Amino acid sequence: MLQKIYEWVDERLDITPMWRDVADHEVPEHVNPAHHFSAFVYCFGGLTFFITVIQILSGMFLTMYYVPDIVNAYESVKYLQGEVAFGTIVRGMHHWGASLVIVMMFLHTLRVFFTGAYKRPRELNWVVGVLIFFVMLGLGFTGYLLPWDMKAYFATVVGLQIAESVPVIGGLAKTLLAGDPEIIGAQTLTRFFAIHVFFLPGALLGLMAAHFIMIRRQGISGPL
Amino acid sequence: MHRGKGMKFVGDSRVPAERKPNIPKDYSEFPGKTEAFWPNFLLKEWLVGAVFLIGYLCLTVAHPSPLERVADPTDSGYIPLPDWYFLFLYQLLKYEYAAGDFTVIGAVIMPGLAFGALLLAPWLDKGPRRRASQRPIAAGLMLLAVLATVYLTWESVDHHDWEAAAEQGEMLDEEEAAAVEEVDTEAEGYQIYSDQGCIGCHGDQLQGAGSAGPALFDVPYDAESIKDIAVNGIGEMPADQFDGSDEELDLLAEYIASGGNPEAGGDSEGEEEGETTDEEENAEDGEETEE
Repeated sequence: MLQKIYEWVDERLDITPMWRDVADHEVPEHVNPAHHFSAFVYCFGGLTFFITVIQILSGMFLTMYYVPDIVNAYESVKYLQGEVAFGTIVRGMHHWGASLVIVMMFLHTLRVFFTGAYKRPRELNWVVGVLIFFVMLGLGFTGYLLPWDMKAYFATVVGLQIAESVPVIGGLAKTLLAGDPEIIGAQTLTRFFAIHVFFLPGALLGLMAAHFIMIRRQGISGPL
Repeated sequence: MHRGKGMKFVGDSRVPAERKPNIPKDYSEFPGKTEAFWPNFLLKEWLVGAVFLIGYLCLTVAHPSPLERVADPTDSGYIPLPDWYFLFLYQLLKYEYAAGDFTVIGAVIMPGLAFGALLLAPWLDKGPRRRASQRPIAAGLMLLAVLATVYLTWESVDHHDWEAAAEQGEMLDEEEAAAVEEVDTEAEGYQIYSDQGCIGCHGDQLQGAGSAGPALFDVPYDAESIKDIAVNGIGEMPADQFDGSDEELDLLAEYIASGGNPEAGGDSEGEEEGETTDEEENAEDGEETEE
């Protein structure tokens, strides 16, 4: 039955080449921890992706309860954490995932750096990877404000002060992020929400697609 | 790929009618112990992922994510702290030549150079050699950057007063929340409390404002001592905070001594509270029986 459905779709859309592109590639011995245990360092990139998927899923569930305005944001997080079934698990996964993804990404960056995998012809993929790193830090910074509790608010105040101290564009950057040159309040929360939920994840998905397409095209770097 | 004359298509589409069989490549000719990603290697990755997920869930269950009290922009005494992965930058900006007049160095030039170099690493380290030992400058600089980041993060964690931080962000417990509920903001005393600026450090519900001022709904002083404190100060609270008539001072002291609920009365408050609790319990019992 499944085979019939597959063939029906394949006849019309020719999906086999696409599927073989995704599934049909070799895993060389030197990156396979089953053969050399030290190859576990090659797992960090995959784990980063795994946590990113968890972050997207848990974030989607969080937005089912979260309300991005200064009156209800805190109350909705408190309700989610205290009253909703498994709410504390979902929020916990998103909270800890944010830290874990930075750790895994950092380890992945170090692995790529110290194995010299960013060298010709893989320069562009390295650049895209560093951009993903920046986007992740941006996601961490904007997500930190959303619960609208004391540490969230004052961490954002400090962060925006640092942004403001940049010469020439500092003031503009702060206004763009906070929605006002002076006040950090209602506008800031909605802007950070929009950046955290739409702008940066959009950029992240595009960059990750580029990252993976380049790996598929170039293959994994050879043994040292 | 077959192109050009003689090609057949599905209907009027551009999908070729001749189809490629869905057969995986044979990796036996590849060097070493190469194996197929699908499904052999993916299955192993899946197992590693499952183990990782269990650890991750254990962490989530063991340490629920923190939530402090609701943001209060007027609390000027709060010691801020960013999330841990920004601590290195936060700490850097505390050093003399990276802060104050030199903020541009700490906030723009140093991180800009570090992250710029990271972004442009392939063009800064152009040699063909890949082993870290064969390119000591690149590897050494990276090692130095990592150590500096770890050191700055460590220093920041070490300098932060974690106990004060935990206290300043604490949510009100149930008893305090109930006391806040009791606060009568319609009373004359509240008006004076607000006009005299007590509200700035002790909160709009007498709940206090973190490090700026303590909560006032359960103070261990009687009305006389409160009058004295309002005029002469106590501890970190400066003197001459109160600037009004003696009658207003009386009203204010009464109001605060009664925990913000002058109608319940100062001394009789305890008894009345006891009674209400009994009544509430009875009511709850009643409901349970009805169910």
